[in-house]
Amino acid sequence: MRMQTESALSDPISINKKSANIPFLVKARPYFIIAPALLLTIGILYPFVMAWYYSFTNYSFSSPTYHFIGLDNWIRMFSDEDFWHAFLVTSKYAILTTGSEMLIGIGIALLLAKSTKFTKFLKVTLVFPLMVAPVIATVIWQLMTNNSVGIIEKFLNIFGIYNFPWASSANTALFTAVLIDIWVYTPFVILLVVAGIQSLPKSPFEAAQVDGASPWFTFRNLKLPLLKPFLYIALIFRLMASLQESAIIFALTKGGPGDTLMNLSITAYTKGFQFMKFGASLTYILFLWFVIALISNFLVGRWLAVQKQAAGN
Amino acid sequence: MNTKRLAVLAAAGRNLILTIWAIFALFPILWMVLCTFKLDREMYSTTFFFHPTLDNYVNVLVRTNYFKAFFDNIIVSGGAVILSVLVGVPAAYGFARYNFKSKEFWAGQILGFKFAPEILVVLPLFMIYQKLHLIDTYLGLIWVYQLITMPFLIWVVRGYFEDISLEVEQAAQLDGYSWYQVFLKILLPLVKPGLVAAALLTFIFAWNSFMFPLILSGFSVQTVTVSSLKYLASDTVHYGQMAVAATITVLPEVIMALAIQKHLVRGLSFGAVKG
Repeated sequence: MRMQTESALSDPISINKKSANIPFLVKARPYFIIAPALLLTIGILYPFVMAWYYSFTNYSFSSPTYHFIGLDNWIRMFSDEDFWHAFLVTSKYAILTTGSEMLIGIGIALLLAKSTKFTKFLKVTLVFPLMVAPVIATVIWQLMTNNSVGIIEKFLNIFGIYNFPWASSANTALFTAVLIDIWVYTPFVILLVVAGIQSLPKSPFEAAQVDGASPWFTFRNLKLPLLKPFLYIALIFRLMASLQESAIIFALTKGGPGDTLMNLSITAYTKGFQFMKFGASLTYILFLWFVIALISNFLVGRWLAVQKQAAGN
Repeated sequence: MNTKRLAVLAAAGRNLILTIWAIFALFPILWMVLCTFKLDREMYSTTFFFHPTLDNYVNVLVRTNYFKAFFDNIIVSGGAVILSVLVGVPAAYGFARYNFKSKEFWAGQILGFKFAPEILVVLPLFMIYQKLHLIDTYLGLIWVYQLITMPFLIWVVRGYFEDISLEVEQAAQLDGYSWYQVFLKILLPLVKPGLVAAALLTFIFAWNSFMFPLILSGFSVQTVTVSSLKYLASDTVHYGQMAVAATITVLPEVIMALAIQKHLVRGLSFGAVKG
C-alpha cells in the first residue's frame, strides 16, 4: 500500500548486486531478519488454506468423521435465503456506517481547520471513542439508552417519547448498531482528514484567493483533489472493517432480534458454533473474504492513482 | 460591516455544530464514569446529583473475576506486543532497507492479514488449537494476536526506518561499527519514539480484541472484552458495576492515546499517511 520509496533504490547492501566479496551471512541477512515474522504469521495463514479445504467437506463439530462433498456447501449457500439476507444486511451496514462516517468526518474535520482554543481541545479529545473497544462501546451505549436508567431515555421523555425500543425491535436495531459504529469510528475519518488539511500547501490557495475564486470553487477544484488520497485511505479502512463488523453486532444482539442483524460474519459464527456446521459456515466467510479482497484491490489501485495525481498538481 | 457580521455568524454556527458533535462523542464517556459512582437504586431516580460511592468499584474488583480478566488481558496483549516488537522490528528494517525478490509481495501478504475477516481465521484455528491444546491458554492467544499486532508494527516501523537517511548508517559503518552495533546503537534510538507509539497503539488494538478471545479462550484465560459481555447478556440490574467494568477497560486506553497523540494518524493509517 506504500508508494515505492527511494530506499529501495539505495539500500546499504543490495543482494541483487553480484559481488563475490560479500559473505553468505551478510547476503542472506534480509531473509534471516524477515523470516521469523513471516513464519509467525504464516502459521496463521495455514488455517486460511484449511478453510478452503473444509468448505468442500461436511465437517461438523458434532460428528468425528467427515467426507468430501464437492461444491455442495457452496451451492446450498447460494440457494439459501439466509445467505441473501446476510448479504443484504452486510451491505446495508457497511454502506450506512461508512457513508455516514465519511460525511460527518469530513464535515467535522473541515470545521476543525480553523485554529482556536476550542478546536485545539477537540482535536485531542475527539479521538477518545476510537480507543474504546467496540464491545465496551456497546456497554457504554447500553448505559445511555437503557429504558430504565439511560440518560437518553430521560431526555426523550421530555418530548413525550417513552420506551424507545433501540436494539430490541427489528425496526430500530440496525439504527442502533450503526449509531454505535458511527460513535466509535467517525474519529478515525476526522483524524485522517484533519491530517490531510494540515498537509495542504499554502501557495495554490493564496493564488486562488488573489484570482478571486469563490470558496466553493476553491473547495471543489483545489482542496478536494488534494485531499483525495487521505479520503481514500479513510474509505478503504472503514469499508473493509464495516463489511466484516462482528463485535458491535454480537455484543448488541448476537444478530437479533430474529435475524435482523445477521450479517455474513455473524451468520458464519452462528452456523459454525451454534449449529456445529463447520464446513457450511466456512463458505459464508470465504465469500465475504472474496468480496473484501475484490473491493480493497480496486480501492487501493484508485488510491495509488489519486496519490500520483495529487503529487503531480 | 456586513461581511463582519457574516463572519461572526459563521463562527457561531461552526462552534455550535462542533459543540453538538463533542457532546455526542464525549458525553457517553462522562456518563459512564458518572455511573460508576452511583448506587444502583439511585440510577432510576437521579441523573447528575446523587450520593457518590465507591461500592461499585469494590463489588467489581473484589467480588467478580473482572480483576483476573484485567490482568489476563495485560498478559496476553503485552505478551503479543513484546513478541511482535522482537520479531517485527528486524523485519521492518529488512523491508525498509533491503531490495530482494518479491519484497512488496511479502510485505503485502503480511498486511493482507489485517483485512481478512477475523472469523475466517478463527474458525479453522479453533480446530487446530484443539489439536494442539492451545485453546484457553496464554500462548494460544498471544500467537493469534500476532495477526493484529505484527502487520501493524512491521508497516508502521518500516516507515520510520525509511525516514532515516542512509548516510547515517553509512557514516556509522565507516566509523567501524558492525551491522549489529549500527542497528542497536544508532538506528533503534532514532526510531524509538515512533516504535514506542506503534507498540502502544498495537497494545490498544490487542486489548480491544474480541472475536479471538471469545472463541479461543474460556475459563482459565479471560479478557475484559469477553467478560464485559456478561453484563450485557443477563438482564442485570447492576448498572453501576457495568459502568465500572467499562471504565477500567477504557481509561488506560485513553491515557495511552493522549501519550501518543502525535503519532496517532500515522499509526492508525498503517503508515500510509505521515501526519
